[in-house]
Amino acid sequence: MISFSRIAAVFIKEMVQMRRDRPTFAIMIMVPVMQLALFGFAINTDPRHLPAAVELRDDGPLTRSLLASLKQSTYVEITRIVYSDAEGEELLRSGDVNFLIVIPENFETDFVRGAQPEILIAADASDPVAASGVIGALNEIARTAFAPELERLPARLRGGAPPYNVVIHRQYNPEGVTAYNIVPGLLGVILTMTMTMITSIALTRERERGTYEALLSTPVRPLEIMVGKTTPYIIVGAIQAAIILLASRFVFHIPFMGGVGAFLLVISIFILTNLMLGYLISTVARTQMQAMQMTFFVFLPSILLSGFMFPFQAMPAWARTIGEAIPNTHFLRMIREIMLKGAGLADIKGDLVPLVLILLVLAGIALLRFQRTLD
Amino acid sequence: MNGEPVIDVRGLTKRFGDKTVVDHFDLKVPRGSIYGFLGPNGSGKTTTIRMVCGLLKPDEGEGTCLGYDVLNESMKIKNKVGYMTQRFSLYEDLSIRENLEFFARLYGLGHVRQRVDDAIASLGLEGRSKQLSGSLSGGWKQRLALAVSMMHNPQLLLLDEPTAGVDPKARRDFWDTIREYSRQGVTTLVSTHYMDEAVQCDRIAYIAYGKKLLDAPTAEIPGRLGLHAFKLDNGDLEKLTAELRGADGVEILARFGASIHVCGKDREKLAATVDRIRGEPGVRVTEIEAGLEEAFIYLMANSDDNFSVGDAA
Repeated sequence: MISFSRIAAVFIKEMVQMRRDRPTFAIMIMVPVMQLALFGFAINTDPRHLPAAVELRDDGPLTRSLLASLKQSTYVEITRIVYSDAEGEELLRSGDVNFLIVIPENFETDFVRGAQPEILIAADASDPVAASGVIGALNEIARTAFAPELERLPARLRGGAPPYNVVIHRQYNPEGVTAYNIVPGLLGVILTMTMTMITSIALTRERERGTYEALLSTPVRPLEIMVGKTTPYIIVGAIQAAIILLASRFVFHIPFMGGVGAFLLVISIFILTNLMLGYLISTVARTQMQAMQMTFFVFLPSILLSGFMFPFQAMPAWARTIGEAIPNTHFLRMIREIMLKGAGLADIKGDLVPLVLILLVLAGIALLRFQRTLD
Repeated sequence: MNGEPVIDVRGLTKRFGDKTVVDHFDLKVPRGSIYGFLGPNGSGKTTTIRMVCGLLKPDEGEGTCLGYDVLNESMKIKNKVGYMTQRFSLYEDLSIRENLEFFARLYGLGHVRQRVDDAIASLGLEGRSKQLSGSLSGGWKQRLALAVSMMHNPQLLLLDEPTAGVDPKARRDFWDTIREYSRQGVTTLVSTHYMDEAVQCDRIAYIAYGKKLLDAPTAEIPGRLGLHAFKLDNGDLEKLTAELRGADGVEILARFGASIHVCGKDREKLAATVDRIRGEPGVRVTEIEAGLEEAFIYLMANSDDNFSVGDAA
């Protein structure tokens, strides 16, 4: 009963309209470019001069050498020197400093004795991009600071591991989301925004322009309209994904560990899910304005509760429950697994099945909601 | 014009909220006829047409269109009905050719290219097929819309105020086309406000407040109403108008250029009133046969525009 030629008719018509509507098409392509530029800027900027405090519980030549190196470095700005845990933690908690570097008691003697004393770096990782850059730099600073001292040490201490440990505590952001996490995450957010927005006006626009009446007076079926109207945007979504992937590879040098097959499957299902979500909105919204407002209603949880903005595990239980119903949540997990950890389909089953379920439910409701009459 | 009626519906009723827009409407449209829907704005013409072709679900009533049940066989009805909406409802951002192709494919027609070429040729738009339909003039939009609704050779053509905003020449051409279709056996149901279109119809239903007030062959309508009319010309028309308006027996008074027509159902009273005028200097009085024009003015005068309902609803 479903006619391929009718689907093709709707598909061709949508393609022509999309081509004629240059501004919208341009926006669809510009959104990922702009977002990447904005987020990419934050990622690329090696953060400098971040406020830091040093908690001194020992003093001596090694400590002073480290302090001097820290002061010279442009990564951190030593704004305070404190002498107790309470003071240090208060500074970090209040946000007066982003880092607290703790030199433990008996550092000097333990160092020389080879007892490997621990330098604790407590980082406020709620701004993960800033934190991760500096943490790496601090390691390096410590190494160079102690280099001349190491020269004077007995040979047995010089060989393998350094005679101290740097212990890092990322606070307020235990997952330690980094730039690697942000760009794949951006893929999910951009696709959610543009795909949902573009189909949310699919039927609404026809209704507003009066073309809906002519369309409904023909024998075209709801499923044919749905398929014909959404497939052109799969192409747009694919272009967006390609832009982001190319940028992540060549601009941000993010490794791509996983298989292309799994990636394409996941991204196709995700694009479809968002198209259905938008299409569902368009069966409900009376005007294009309403459709836009409803779309924004979808954006916020997709950004805030999906694990893009805040680590999923750190959210309260109720927020996690909502998050599980959001397509972007599952997509983000899968895409990070695939891109960063090289996961295969078997590894991501736990998220793939829920995403497909969400897709089917959305498509089903959209078809039920579709009105064959003008009532 | 024999055989089963093309449209045969009984008790069709449609409510929007607590407003009854179409109220127990019966309609029988014989095959091959041109059937006119007349009535003030908001009288339910559009709603009735939409119910007949399956675009609205009636709240009550039953019947058939082209032999198919209007309640649950709307897909089959849509395949055989051409519907031209009141407002231009083709895609303004598609070209003439693209619009024709789109609808040809939706109707599942074969040889789309050939059919579209033919349609463009018969429209006389060969050189302009790539023009966006949004940039066409009102008359051309209407001709294109008609061509689209005839793409699939429907047996029934539903036209909802097809010539609103179209110049008289284009309107006459349009009606020539409709009559040609009628000769080929296509049945047409058309809603209109124009008298020159009404006279083209074989039969007319007059609708007000969602109810049918009159349903008769066009030629019989003046007689059915039992109207009598006098024509007055020459003399001081302004003064005559003032004197006659609301006078005994004068139910309607209309200016037609340099003459005044007065009509009423009660011939004696009307004649008596007119006799008083006869003596006035220069006035010429002739009794005329009441025409369609008078009939509709009479009908409209007795059924105010029910704007509250809204025609588009």
